[in-house]
Amino acid sequence: MSLRGRAAIVGIGELKPVRHTEGATTLGMLAETGRQAVADAGLELAEVDGLITENFAEAPFMAPSTVVEYLGMKARFAEIVDLGGATGAGMVSRAVMAIAGGLCETVLCVTGTRRETQTSSGQRRAANSAFAGRRVDRTPYSEFEAPYGAIGANFGYAMIANRYIHEYGVNPEQLAKIAVAQRYNACHNPNAMFFGQPITIEDVLNSPVIVDPLHMLEIVMPCAGAAALVVTSARRAAKMKRPAAYILGAGENTTHRSITYAPSLTDTAIKAAADRAFKMAGVRRKDIDVASIYDCYTITVLLSLEDAGFCKKGRGGRFVDEHNLQWDGDFPLNPHGGQLSFGQAGTAGGMSHVTEAARQIMGRAQGRQVKKCRFAFVNGNGGIMSEQVSLILGRER
Amino acid sequence: MSDDATTHEAQATPAAPYLKPLPEPTRVSQPFWDAARAGKLLIQRSKKTGKAVHYPRPVSPFGPDDELEWFEASGRGTVYTYTVARRPTAPPWANEPPLVIAIVELEEGVHMTTNIIDCNPSDMRIGLPVAAVFDAVTPETTLVKFRPTT
Repeated sequence: MSLRGRAAIVGIGELKPVRHTEGATTLGMLAETGRQAVADAGLELAEVDGLITENFAEAPFMAPSTVVEYLGMKARFAEIVDLGGATGAGMVSRAVMAIAGGLCETVLCVTGTRRETQTSSGQRRAANSAFAGRRVDRTPYSEFEAPYGAIGANFGYAMIANRYIHEYGVNPEQLAKIAVAQRYNACHNPNAMFFGQPITIEDVLNSPVIVDPLHMLEIVMPCAGAAALVVTSARRAAKMKRPAAYILGAGENTTHRSITYAPSLTDTAIKAAADRAFKMAGVRRKDIDVASIYDCYTITVLLSLEDAGFCKKGRGGRFVDEHNLQWDGDFPLNPHGGQLSFGQAGTAGGMSHVTEAARQIMGRAQGRQVKKCRFAFVNGNGGIMSEQVSLILGRER
Repeated sequence: MSDDATTHEAQATPAAPYLKPLPEPTRVSQPFWDAARAGKLLIQRSKKTGKAVHYPRPVSPFGPDDELEWFEASGRGTVYTYTVARRPTAPPWANEPPLVIAIVELEEGVHMTTNIIDCNPSDMRIGLPVAAVFDAVTPETTLVKFRPTT
């Protein structure tokens, strides 16, 4: 039984990413954006019978019931997704599974994060020491990698970039062009963090190298924000007045936690996830009108373009040279600005690739609407190229 | 504070405390860390396939009819990939020179994430031959790092 066309995205909520949210709670932000999405779908909360969220610092366990209670809803299906940056896309694929399986009809997917200045969050943590240590990582990663300073994600993507350069080659200018095109897009999106701040290739290459070979402007900036989607059955979506974004394909693939043990640094887990999504959808690569590709770093986009099948392995640099990646170009990529320029609010950053693809399919991306947008490709990427979720969205079932 | 404690502290080496993350060995991984303290690189291999396995684990990834056994690796390998962290990856590395983080491919075939030391960052390259160095960062813990072989 295929999941193709069984459900659709019918409501979108999203808070504008900001650098800090002093005093705000993640729970409150989830409730705000969740309410936005339900209202956007033209539904009452009582008509939503499923909830998918994630564990967050305030609710390191029993997050679904915490959010259900806070929103004041009742859920026949309540779940968390823990796929890092692929969480947003994974929430959608799981919502489709729950709906197709008859567990519920309408699912609210909601994720986000507050972010405080280090001083105030440190004070709060100290005051809340009863919870200290609950989320301590005791995986092989913490034992065999963290002691060497292999902490965060920058180092891992930098090691991937150096290996890619060794095996295939890519110019710094080609990587920089990815960041510049997304900033152009962000300048057409008033909700983007970097709205009104265009950059050039020279700006990228003159920004400091943080981890060789990646410059500051090739790396996402953490921020706060939240995003939500309402996914409902195709039957219900068809009765609604506004356009829906049908989920035509979904594919997943997870191969490693730590980049050290990835089967390959340059042939990534995206390939199998994307192949599965395209196969389910019955859509060809050339049918895709907009690509909404996870972009924690410029190198991530390059590898995704290759492994999702938009160009051959090793030809990513040339593809970037030969195409205009702006929303009004011949290969519209991340019209909202991508996380590099829209902002990475925790896993809501990954969700932003789904919200934007849905907006484009619905014809609601004011000021940056891709023309004749029938099919969108979304990729979510978690960890260090670890967890991959690909989606194909379409206007018709 | 008792007088005894004061005396003890006065006699101790006035070294700065080690504030970086330390491995917390498990029952499974203890032989790896014990060997490192003794200046040896001890890893596991499959009895069935002969293939090396890293990190230590209680079950073989090569199937239920296999077992893992410990053996001493050569300690030689090459740099598979690397980065030079020009900015600290975490606060304990602040105010230190650029850190070279690398994945080393051991002669035995497995990958390890580690640091390359005694090397000018500008001399780093993929394929660089390296050998294990045993860095006793605390009296209890020795980390396995690598340096270029000449």
